Amino acid sequence: MAARTLKLVDTAADQRRPVIEMRGVSKTYRTRDGDVPSLKPIDFTVAEGEFVVIVGPSGCGKTTLLKMLAGLLQPSDGEVVVEGKAITKPHRDVGIVFQTALLLPWRNVLSNVMMPVEVKGLPRAEYEQRALDLLKMTGLEGFERKYPWQLSGGMQQRVSICRALVHDPKIVLMDEPFGALDAMTREKMNVELQRIQRETGKTVLLITHSIPEAVFLADRVMVMSARPGAIAAVYEIPMPRPRTLDVLADPRFVEMTQKIRAHFSDAHID
Amino acid sequence: MAVNPPARPSALSRLGTLLNAAWLRPVLFLVFLVVLWDVTIRVFRIPPYQIPKPEDVLVTLWNDWPTLLRQAIPTTIATVEGFLLSAVFGVAAAVLIAGSRTIESYVYPLLVFSQSIPKIAIAPLFVVWFGFGMLPKVLSAFLLGFFPVVVSAVQGFKSVEPDMLDLARAMEAKRLQIFRMVAFPHAMPAIFAGLKVSITLAVVGAVVGEFVGSNDGLGFVLQRSIGNFELPTMFAALVVLSLIGVVLFWVLDLIERMMIPWHASQRHDLVIAA
Repeated sequence: MAARTLKLVDTAADQRRPVIEMRGVSKTYRTRDGDVPSLKPIDFTVAEGEFVVIVGPSGCGKTTLLKMLAGLLQPSDGEVVVEGKAITKPHRDVGIVFQTALLLPWRNVLSNVMMPVEVKGLPRAEYEQRALDLLKMTGLEGFERKYPWQLSGGMQQRVSICRALVHDPKIVLMDEPFGALDAMTREKMNVELQRIQRETGKTVLLITHSIPEAVFLADRVMVMSARPGAIAAVYEIPMPRPRTLDVLADPRFVEMTQKIRAHFSDAHID
Repeated sequence: MAVNPPARPSALSRLGTLLNAAWLRPVLFLVFLVVLWDVTIRVFRIPPYQIPKPEDVLVTLWNDWPTLLRQAIPTTIATVEGFLLSAVFGVAAAVLIAGSRTIESYVYPLLVFSQSIPKIAIAPLFVVWFGFGMLPKVLSAFLLGFFPVVVSAVQGFKSVEPDMLDLARAMEAKRLQIFRMVAFPHAMPAIFAGLKVSITLAVVGAVVGEFVGSNDGLGFVLQRSIGNFELPTMFAALVVLSLIGVVLFWVLDLIERMMIPWHASQRHDLVIAA
């Protein structure tokens, strides 16, 4: 059922075309006390269907990066390109998930998922079927008419993931999406997110403070350094998918997390 | 061992449930207050030209009921009209203030400043401007009811999470869509909190309007009865006035429940909020 509308993409990383291109992107905030550089010029490319996770201390400009991709912020310099087009304003090719689910309490689950469709004026009937398929895929079948406050935190976040996917964007941006969940729900959601990403073939850019979460989810982990933000290192995570939670005990996994953690030995992560 | 017939304890427990009913509690408390009032007058020998006896007030209420009801109509109309004006203009002003920092910086301080002007002092001015009749009363009710709506609604509009606004903007939502789909429903609980304060103040405003320049309404009855030392009539008018306030508040509460059933304060059956 779900596979009808949500195409499966094979994960061979080699000859995929770029979906996100950052070309010399930097950001400086102008404040009364003068210019505050937030991001040093950054260059990177994310290929179609790739899962990239960004880790970094607070104030490294991760969220700035994400907002620029969504078209909510303009870079001070350089170019943000999504699907070959330079981004200057909010656009169709992006879905966002924040740390809190940010569901509208007066809308039921289905109606919350349908919000981007309404805002963009897309054909309702067609996308409603897609919304129902997504809810089914994320294990929320039967909850379509429930209200957000009737759901657990993990379920609410799954609704917000469906909402980010409903208009079939090319990329999904996630800003610490599981930061507000308890540790056990968080692990479960990680497995779940991996499955959703494999089933939909979306390009995902996820920000997290959790190094194990980053290594578990990512094809590539981008480590950023603090203020002004810059890319400190990029690690390929070669472990095969689908990964199960057993991976957490894999020596390659442990080695990778230690390598990444070494970057933050003197800096604070919170 | 005596075996109780099953009917008796169940009747007793039913009485117990009745006494615990939420709506009965304020009634019981009211009865207690009236008794206290009566006892106080007797114990301290307070003369009836200072505080009337409760039974005199009840008798007056009973006898003058048709007159009081007739006089309540213009007061209620002035209250409701003034309230509706403050709701419409209050929310509109809040939209502008919350929507633009420039407008806020010009208007808001003056609005707060204007609140320190005693409105009772300028009510006679309305009579000078608009003569005797409905308009000065309505304006006076509006003036008292306006401010709480603005303050609450501004707070409601401003308390939308910045992330939520970013999310809506990332969905390519237009300003009007963000207002209609996010900001306005989000502000509803705060707006209703303001409206509830506003409606009780609008009753006061209408009475103030009637005090200074009117030939009808409960405010007029109040002033005339004070002048003639008809204290039971005055107290009876006060009772009717409070009833108007309670009923209007209760209607508003009902509307609130229908309009924002999703809000945390409405999720379980509440006791009568009035």
